[in-house]
Amino acid sequence: MRYSGLRILAEGVTGNRGWRPVWRDPEPKPAYDIVIIGGGGHGLATAFYLAREHGLTNVAVLEKGYLGGGNVGRNTTIVRANYFLPGNSEFYSHSLKLWEGLEAELNYNVMHSQRGLINLFHSDGQRDAFVRRGNAMAIQGDDAILLDRDGVRRHLPYLDFDNPRFPVHGGLLHPRGGTARHDAVAWGYARGADARGVDLIQNCEVTGIDIENGRVTGVRTTRGAIMAKKVGIVVAGRSGQVAAMAGMRLPIESHILQAFVTEGLKPMIDHVVSFGMGHFYISQSDKGGLVFGGDLDFYASYAARGNLPMKEHVMEAAMTLMPAIGKAKVLRSWGGIMDMTPDGSPIIDRSPVEGLYLNCGWCYGGFKAVPGSGYAFAHLLALDRPHETAARFRLDRFRTGRGLMDEEGTGSQHNLH
Amino acid sequence: MRLTCPHCGVRDAREFTYRGHAIALDRPAPDAGESAWDDYLHNRENPAGWTEDLWYHTPCRTWLVAERNTVTHAIRATRAASERPS
Repeated sequence: MRYSGLRILAEGVTGNRGWRPVWRDPEPKPAYDIVIIGGGGHGLATAFYLAREHGLTNVAVLEKGYLGGGNVGRNTTIVRANYFLPGNSEFYSHSLKLWEGLEAELNYNVMHSQRGLINLFHSDGQRDAFVRRGNAMAIQGDDAILLDRDGVRRHLPYLDFDNPRFPVHGGLLHPRGGTARHDAVAWGYARGADARGVDLIQNCEVTGIDIENGRVTGVRTTRGAIMAKKVGIVVAGRSGQVAAMAGMRLPIESHILQAFVTEGLKPMIDHVVSFGMGHFYISQSDKGGLVFGGDLDFYASYAARGNLPMKEHVMEAAMTLMPAIGKAKVLRSWGGIMDMTPDGSPIIDRSPVEGLYLNCGWCYGGFKAVPGSGYAFAHLLALDRPHETAARFRLDRFRTGRGLMDEEGTGSQHNLH
Repeated sequence: MRLTCPHCGVRDAREFTYRGHAIALDRPAPDAGESAWDDYLHNRENPAGWTEDLWYHTPCRTWLVAERNTVTHAIRATRAASERPS
């Protein structure tokens, strides 16, 4: 069923009786060419691009819960391409281009809103670092505009510019950055993959990975064994546990990243804004809630909820930057489980097991990466060679020390990225 | 969350700095080879459940090992990092 304004109008006047389920609910077949473990944003996007780019439709996506019920539904929905290092830069640039064509391609409203992203700076040193980053973004072909203090004031009049400790000196504006509706991205890709013949199998937890003579032969699940020529693990947040089924130990430690949303308010914040002197960034959802977050809780956790010290820090940073936020009431907070790698960059690569592929280690950058990651992982699964935009996301870079992408320069510790 | 410092008793988690899995205490020999160092620096069992991690109590400058549950945040035991497990 193709969606359109006309269709909504027609359904509206006929009692909305014509809508049908958006995807099938198939029984798992005994065998597939490719099995994707994980029905989140990345897994569903992978399935979609396998079908659309490579014509591979004898594919199943296995999801232990419901589609899009993991981190793709637990993030702060920000989409951007403002990375500095080669490897990340071309990947996120490609992903943003896919975002820009996504709604037309999926015939699905993912509410992608390029409202502009502003990273604030509060010192001369920070300004110089942002000039350098902005130049790198421009060289990559993306957009970056350096704003001085008055330039920021024109966009964000509500900030406390003269905070005695952290005055706002300016900001780096990335006009094509913005937000999207997180669930809709998963649903749109699911619908597109299903329509092309991919089986999306929910409530189907993988309990084992079968390997014979160093080659993957299939998976065991709570709904029976499924044979597969190739298997892709796309379960960021739980990568360690699934990889352990194949006898692997990954360079990943799981950490909690918290986020918060206030009650709905009238339009106040038009952009995505990040504070440069504390862990705080914010945007406003279409429902009016202020959506904001901070940094990791810093210790390994699978709790999917955070602890109080980071809540306090985020609230303090919020009050420092925009005191008006103190009038808003926080409606809820939540935590997503992040696959933290030792350099803060992801992994899209083959595994040591023939036919078994890894897509993991998204740290807290996974949401904006969904289209680019699905595209590149589908390329790797279909053709057995990395896509040019993800060629540097290698698993062996940690062992060899070659090609590390440590954007923040904090060194080899999982929680410091 | 609270941790027990072997010298100062039960203290708020804010006084502690997390240093990762207690594997950090088992430094391989310099010539142990690439894969031993890779496991030491990067690869993690990363369990959803009980683990041992290394913390630093900033006020008294003590390194300690906590047996901690990564799902519930419960802490079963702590000991000074200088004490080897029995």
